[in-house]
Amino acid sequence: MSRKYIPKVVTANDLRLGDVVYLTADDRWTRLHSEAELIEDEERAQLRLAHAAAQKTVIVGPYLADAKLGPNGPEPIHFREAFRTRGPSNYAHGKQADLNNV
Amino acid sequence: MYDYSDFDEAFVRARVAQFSDQVSRRLDGSLTEDEFRPLRLMNGLYLQLHAYMLRVAIPYGTLSPRQMRQLALIADTWDKGYGHFTTRQNIQFNWPKLPDVPAILTALADVQMHAIQTSGNCVRNVTADHFAGAAADEIEDPRPYAELLRQWSSDHPEFQFLPRKFKIAITGSPHDRAVTKAHDIGLRMVRNAAGEPGFEVMVGGGLGRTPMIAFTVREFLPVADLLPYVEAVLSVYNILGRRDNKYKARIKITVHETGREEISRMIEERFVEMRPQFGGADQALLADIRAAFAAPAFRTAPVDSYDAFYKADPVFRAWADTNLAQHRNDQYAIVTISVKAHGETPGDATSDQMRLMADLAEKYGHSDLRISHEQNVILPHVHKSDLPAVHAALVQAGLGTANVGLISDIIACPGMDYCALATARSIPVAQEIALRFDELKLEHEIGPLKIKISGCINACGHHHVGHIGILGLDRAGVENYQITLGGDGTETASIGEKTGPGFAYDEIVPAIERIIRAYLEVRSEPSETFLDTYRRVGFAPFKSALYGVEGGRDAA
Repeated sequence: MSRKYIPKVVTANDLRLGDVVYLTADDRWTRLHSEAELIEDEERAQLRLAHAAAQKTVIVGPYLADAKLGPNGPEPIHFREAFRTRGPSNYAHGKQADLNNV
Repeated sequence: MYDYSDFDEAFVRARVAQFSDQVSRRLDGSLTEDEFRPLRLMNGLYLQLHAYMLRVAIPYGTLSPRQMRQLALIADTWDKGYGHFTTRQNIQFNWPKLPDVPAILTALADVQMHAIQTSGNCVRNVTADHFAGAAADEIEDPRPYAELLRQWSSDHPEFQFLPRKFKIAITGSPHDRAVTKAHDIGLRMVRNAAGEPGFEVMVGGGLGRTPMIAFTVREFLPVADLLPYVEAVLSVYNILGRRDNKYKARIKITVHETGREEISRMIEERFVEMRPQFGGADQALLADIRAAFAAPAFRTAPVDSYDAFYKADPVFRAWADTNLAQHRNDQYAIVTISVKAHGETPGDATSDQMRLMADLAEKYGHSDLRISHEQNVILPHVHKSDLPAVHAALVQAGLGTANVGLISDIIACPGMDYCALATARSIPVAQEIALRFDELKLEHEIGPLKIKISGCINACGHHHVGHIGILGLDRAGVENYQITLGGDGTETASIGEKTGPGFAYDEIVPAIERIIRAYLEVRSEPSETFLDTYRRVGFAPFKSALYGVEGGRDAA
């Protein structure tokens, strides 16, 4: 029996700012994990990753990260990915501060 | 201190121009990330978890007030108003934007600083005893040698693509404050039977996933032979070092695989070849460099006011007892400014704090500042009569914490709050330990104790040589902290031993507290330090304090 596929999001860093970004279903790069496209199968994941990797003047280092569906959209599974949605824990810097001002 | 020559100046400016062009070409798509990455790393620019990070070299930890103010300006203009001092005497800016980096490098070049060779498989920033030129136990100021090594290793064509990064540390004192035995090359100044100064040369130390204490390849190297000897070590390593496996590429593995005897023979043989090629130019250069490190014009003035203040003010006395070290001039003291206020991030200084430290150095400290590998800032030359004024100013800026060498003076790497390599967080663990022992009001009773925390196996937080070391790992998707005991980074260096299964994030501070309570119980007297106690009684009391008598926890 094959294992159930763990859904993915495509994530990367913004080339200019370095900020964490996620690929949306309508081909935007968003700062919000909850707006990311939750990809349910391996084939589409690879296609979306290739699509992201081609955007060399926009983002850096795209990869697939495990995610799950939550009440407000995709949520990270691993703690590293959870930190990436917020910023550091020692100061209110990064997304946790910047996104409040959006 | 050393001033750039025209050559240095032109070299750094040319590199800034070159990198500015590379950044433009990356932004317009002419360079791919694969092409750009090695170029940015050569200039100290990393991409971390949430942002870019620029690592700036502070050669042998020495800064002028003007340079410190420029770091503050950079923090305010292009970052978030602070900088992070690292365990390699560098400063890191955590939030630069790629298009701004050329301007930052220009601002650094304006004060003779740069980020060259703070990354990559080359000779990194040469680190030195942060008390250099001031310590009472010093044979000679090691910084002229460190500067000679810096000039020799900067852009050295043969050593730009070593098997792996290469770190050199140097101390002019028999007491090792520069962790020399945990470096690829450690240089410790000693005297021979004739009383002449020279270096004990140690090779193959390192922390990371395979921690090793360096072995002594030469008991006594005359100072005039320093460059050819170091070059001999590098060139033997450059040929033997494993380029096929990143995890076996450091010289510690080369030493291990080749054998001490054989590698010593090869180094000595190569040295015989190298020595005649250094036709004295290095010694002429060293003489010039030495002049730039001449001791300051020490003031002679009464110190009674210091003595009176010390007796009268308990807060000042507590600070003086922990944060001052003996200067070679009796009227002076070495001030360690704690950048470790309880609950703050170890090694982080705000731009205001940087400016204040620059002002104090200028007014009271012969314009000299040092960054220690323990992530504090040093005023190496302060006349004792000025100490009350210095202390008062520091307290006002949140820099007056009397905890140097105590349990809250913790080394912590940036960990998973910033670092892309990290497997767990370090900073909040350090913050919580410091707050807990401050709350218990126990830290002065505990006495000298070094806790060092790394957020991954690469050991930037030097956990292997912490009296108590903490290593943050990812165990099945959860942060887990492994404890080591008995590490030591001084001339009596040793690697700490793992206690057993690790602890969850919310268990690690209570676990440290249990270790400390066990220590307070078993120490023979209050003056027996944690390390001495551990060396006397061994593992057992700490193990049972951590895991219960039967040690009945499941292995993680």
